[in-house]
Amino acid sequence: MPVERNETLAVNRSEDVVLVRAKTRDWSISLGFTIVEQTKMVTAASELARNLVVHAGGGTVRLETINSEQRRGLRLTFEDQGPGIADIQQALRDGFSSKGGLGLGLSGSKRLVNEFDISSTPGEGTRICIVRWK
Amino acid sequence: MAVKSKSLAEIMKQHRSEILSGWLEYQKNGATSTNGALKREEIESESREFLGLFSGALEHDGAEPDMRSSAWSEVREYLDQFSQSRAQAGFSPSETATFVFSLKQPLFDKLKVAMGESQTLVDEIWRSTILLDSLGLYVTERYQKAREQTIARQQQEMIELSTPVVTLWEGILALPLIGTLDSERTQVVMESLLQKIVDAEAQIAIIDITGVPTVDTLVAQHLLKTVAAARLMGAECIISGIRPQIAATIVHLGVDLAGVTTKASLADALRVALDRNGLHIASR
Repeated sequence: MPVERNETLAVNRSEDVVLVRAKTRDWSISLGFTIVEQTKMVTAASELARNLVVHAGGGTVRLETINSEQRRGLRLTFEDQGPGIADIQQALRDGFSSKGGLGLGLSGSKRLVNEFDISSTPGEGTRICIVRWK
Repeated sequence: MAVKSKSLAEIMKQHRSEILSGWLEYQKNGATSTNGALKREEIESESREFLGLFSGALEHDGAEPDMRSSAWSEVREYLDQFSQSRAQAGFSPSETATFVFSLKQPLFDKLKVAMGESQTLVDEIWRSTILLDSLGLYVTERYQKAREQTIARQQQEMIELSTPVVTLWEGILALPLIGTLDSERTQVVMESLLQKIVDAEAQIAIIDITGVPTVDTLVAQHLLKTVAAARLMGAECIISGIRPQIAATIVHLGVDLAGVTTKASLADALRVALDRNGLHIASR
């Protein structure tokens, strides 16, 4: 899929999550997302970026504007070298939390975007890719 | 070797005032003064002081001047202070570092006159370049540090500033939230609201999130905890300022706000609060 532009951000502290939200909002606006679409994408980015800090002690976010069959979209890829997720089905269940949160971050983000792809190897890390199309 | 490097110190010592006037000339035309924020006298006194320390350090250092050695400690201290004041005055890193880099030209001019075009000159110029470059980079680094300190202080100030709890009516409080609800600040917000509920003997507290751009699960969790804590104290919370995009996002996230009274605007929330207290606003 052709990538029009991309940028990678390091996310190591909770202050970095603020920057991820701001960048996601900027990119969403430049793609012409409606205010509801922008808010959904920014919220999903906020959840997944915070997961990097809380669960993996840091990671990276890659933002990409992509182009496919005359539609354009925003793809965000969250990668870490953290402990990984042993049971992805369980992690994706509403209300499951290993760190005392609401347990809706992962499952909720999945509902906020058009495409959601997760792969994880225990002991190696986790990679989550989300796409929202215009 | 030692003889050659002495010559740099020697030249600095003998021609300091000429180098200073040359340097000031370059700075006047160069980037350091484009900002116009500094007076000519200030630049002159800064340059004079730096040259004095620079010359002294050269004299005390060995054949290969190294700014990390103890001979340079006064120069480093001076540049620390210099970088900090430039950062606070709003200069860019380049403008700040140019102060040091602009010394190259007048210094090289002098070296050329003193030594003629020779291998010695090339060696000496090379040595001075390395020295001035490392001093210039040092300034940039220090500048960055000073900026970071400023940012950290501002963050701290914002945490303290941003939590006003206001009384809308007898027994009705409002907490207008603005900006990012990171955990540290939310803690302060929650505590000050609970304290104010006690102080004002309030029955109803309106938490207005019109100024909060993103409500994710962490923000929602903080809000739910505040509502629960207020309820334990016998007060009821109304969350207002839920815009359409926030409502849509909360629903998709799956956050359950069913147990909380929510309203689109602060005005709606105030109406509900007055109603619960047996009051209503009528037109005359």
